[in-house]
Amino acid sequence: MKKLKIGDLEKIREKVRRTANVRLGKARARITVHMGTCGIAAGAREILTALLKEIERKGIKDVIVTTSGCAGLCSREPMATVEVTGKPPVKYVDLTAQKIKKILNDHILEGTIVHEYALAIGSERTP
Amino acid sequence: MQDLSLHILDIVENSIEAGATKVEITVEEDVRHNRLIVEIKDNGKGMDKKTLDNVLDPFYTTKKTRRIGLGLSMLAQAVKEAEGDFNVQSKRGEGTTITAQFVYDHLDRKPLGNIAETLIALIASNGLAVDFIYKHKKDGKYFVFDTRDIKKELDGVPINNFEVLKFLQKNIRTELKKIE
Repeated sequence: MKKLKIGDLEKIREKVRRTANVRLGKARARITVHMGTCGIAAGAREILTALLKEIERKGIKDVIVTTSGCAGLCSREPMATVEVTGKPPVKYVDLTAQKIKKILNDHILEGTIVHEYALAIGSERTP
Repeated sequence: MQDLSLHILDIVENSIEAGATKVEITVEEDVRHNRLIVEIKDNGKGMDKKTLDNVLDPFYTTKKTRRIGLGLSMLAQAVKEAEGDFNVQSKRGEGTTITAQFVYDHLDRKPLGNIAETLIALIASNGLAVDFIYKHKKDGKYFVFDTRDIKKELDGVPINNFEVLKFLQKNIRTELKKIE
């Protein structure tokens, strides 16, 4: 069976080792993209892809990206929750690739909540 | 859901919710026999009989956030539309295997979609805790992607590192194009 060529991974590995300084506990923020069936059908994967691309493009190294299931508000998907360390989480709704890029830039990098895309500020937990 | 890669992402998210640490995804494009088979096998907690019996009922869910569960129902519907077969096998404590078989050239068979993007989305968000094995067969050609191999090669560098993800996405795309 043909396997993915992983020879070049060595270069990436060494590059990351040289530049990475992030430990999970030291991240400045965590972004959770809601990936329930409703989220995926509404375009959550596109949001996640755009987010990863932008993080990579800007060379950000201290942000954690994760996913969760449906938060129970399917009609406002795609959604993401942004948790900046030490601040209450903010839930953003009706996202697009452009919106998540703005959220990354304004909220996470500059510390200004993007009120026009936000639904609520405060704790949110899925069971 | 516009394509099968989104269904795959959705079903694998279920596997992760079920505590799976290993998820095997197999896509077989058997053009000669005019069939497309998608299989997702996990080692999650599995389903009890009651859940398994109700698994295709859109108004049955184990979730507490809302009273519908559409993921598997929608995949089953996609299979039905393409006159295929759908099978769910599950054993409590052992895991779940979902098999969706489609008529390959059926007019209503959904396209495969962007598999690389689905795999990267899964690895980015869950790649540290979960191993993903992706096998794609088409007309005697194979592509195998196994995050356990990648992790070994990375030797401690996290697989969800953004540089690594970019590299993996490019490679998965290239390798999948070769077997198209």
